[in-house]
Amino acid sequence: MSYIIEIENLSKDYEVGFWKKKKVRALDDLTLNVEAGQIFGFLGGNGAGKTTTIKILMSLMFPTTGTARILGSDISDFKMHSRIGYCPENPYFYDYLKARELMNYFGELFGFDAAKRNRKTEELLTKVGLDEKDWNKQLRKFSKGMLQRVGLAQSLINEPEIVFLDEPMSGLDPIGRREIRELIAELREQGTTVFMSTHILSDIEALCDNVAILRGGKLAATGNLHELLTDSGEKQSFEITIKGGAAENLKDSIAGIAGAIFAAKPNGANINVLDENDIEKVLHATREAGGSLVSVQPVRQSLEEFFVKQTE
Amino acid sequence: MANPNAVSGASTFKIISTIARNTFREAVRDRVLYNLVIFVLLITASAIFLGELTAGHEARTIVNLGLGAMLVFGAFISIFVGVSLVSKEIERRTIYAIFSKPIGRGEFIVGKYLGLCLTLLVNVLVMGIGVSLAILAVGGGSLALTIWGAIALLYLELAILTAVAILFSSFSSPALSALLTFFVFIIGNFTQSLKDFALTIGSSSGKLFFDVLYIILPNLSFYSFRTNAAHGELPSAALLGGAFLYAMVYIGILLTVTILIFKRRNFK
Ligand SMILES: Nc1ncnc2c1ncn2[C@@H]1O[C@H](COP(=O)(O)OP(=O)(O)OP(=O)(O)O)[C@@H](O)[C@H]1O
Ligand SMILES: [Mg+2]
Repeated sequence: MSYIIEIENLSKDYEVGFWKKKKVRALDDLTLNVEAGQIFGFLGGNGAGKTTTIKILMSLMFPTTGTARILGSDISDFKMHSRIGYCPENPYFYDYLKARELMNYFGELFGFDAAKRNRKTEELLTKVGLDEKDWNKQLRKFSKGMLQRVGLAQSLINEPEIVFLDEPMSGLDPIGRREIRELIAELREQGTTVFMSTHILSDIEALCDNVAILRGGKLAATGNLHELLTDSGEKQSFEITIKGGAAENLKDSIAGIAGAIFAAKPNGANINVLDENDIEKVLHATREAGGSLVSVQPVRQSLEEFFVKQTE
Repeated sequence: MANPNAVSGASTFKIISTIARNTFREAVRDRVLYNLVIFVLLITASAIFLGELTAGHEARTIVNLGLGAMLVFGAFISIFVGVSLVSKEIERRTIYAIFSKPIGRGEFIVGKYLGLCLTLLVNVLVMGIGVSLAILAVGGGSLALTIWGAIALLYLELAILTAVAILFSSFSSPALSALLTFFVFIIGNFTQSLKDFALTIGSSSGKLFFDVLYIILPNLSFYSFRTNAAHGELPSAALLGGAFLYAMVYIGILLTVTILIFKRRNFK
């Protein structure tokens, strides 16, 4: 198996204080490999070292020790950047340029001709959901979410094989988040590898194949998201909400289902089950007791609990 | 992999010229060229004023005044825009998106430098035309043309000063860089005195210090042709050629050192 991103024993010390004598270890001996064609989630609490890692991979900072390769090239080889894209955390661009001019400028830096620059600009600004009336507005008048969208658009201008997104959802409204989630899923369909850091667990569950979790600059866990959650014993569960019916009768019949939890509430009950097959049993019992179904929801608690456990 | 070999990237020349043009555009949009309005008003006012006051020497005075003001205005842009050229990009993090593209740090520095040189060129040309017109207005005749030799030298001096500013800003804060560049500008215009001074010093270590300073600092007095220009003199081809060569070598060295420092920088 060959990897598209290979990180070997990467460490980074920030020098702080007036004389730059004091050192803060932000990243500690990180070794990580990423396979092509997937969405890779790079997780960790605030200050865990995600941005530090991505900036080292982009050659914006140099590691204190260790090496890394992207697409088989050492990270110091900037020519390889023609095949990757990057959207920084809280991106900021030349505020005297209009969105269109910025895209055009970046296209020029890649050596695209005017026709291609125009085509990519329009295609991408549309794709990230930037209102057409804002295309010719100076970036100094852009909101945080609008800048985030421009940041995503510019990271894709060269049709990269890998795109590094540092918190791509930050600052976006709910509709924007959904649009960008769809965009990221679409990238994978096209065969682009996405390496993204984020705090939004629902996005990770919806998008990521594999994840790595950092804690205090160290790798706390990595692997297939589904396997990680199963192996750690955090079973997926379902919450069934019902109304009416004689709750007491129900309680007895549900006690027979392994792992089920019953919680009565005014004029109804919440029931938690671990197995998808148990949902039908609960519904059957509910109907027999004269109650009716309100909703069935998969419970997202599992990743959150896992995340908390890994990062605390 | 999605599309291997899909992108090959732009040539170094193309990248540098693209960055330079964007730097020029930034200067225009940030109203750096507004100083020209002030300059033209100043020259016009002094032409009218001098025309009424003195007889016979107006044109000569305009040359002295005009070229002096051009140097001050130009040095002002070289120093203040020069020191913020790169530091502003680091501070505002605009550099992140640049260096994640296939662009070398050297290409970036050269592009930014040439962009500011282009800005200065437009400035110097417009100011020079202003001075020429003022000379014609007071009946200075051929002086309106002959001053352009001095203007060429003045432009080379500004190009050197800009390289000094960008070098300082590659390792110190913009404020300190501006101060240091200003010192270099002042001392550089008196390098001959520096050498003479070294001769008068008794102690050999002191002498060595001033000798080294003389060699390291740019010899800007080389580029001062104002008084001669006021007398209608043109710089000789040898002087122009020497000044050009000296500027190219000096700028080349400064930019190389700047790039070497810049290549090692972490953008935190
Ligand atoms: N410029 C800097 N100087 C000194 N220390 C820094 C600097 N940038 C980051 N750090 C430290 O390095 C550690 C990792 O920071 P980093 O920005 O990589 O975290 P992160 O995982 O991206 O966090 P977040 O989720 O908040 O974006 C933190 O302890 C932080 O304090
Ligand atoms: Mg971060």
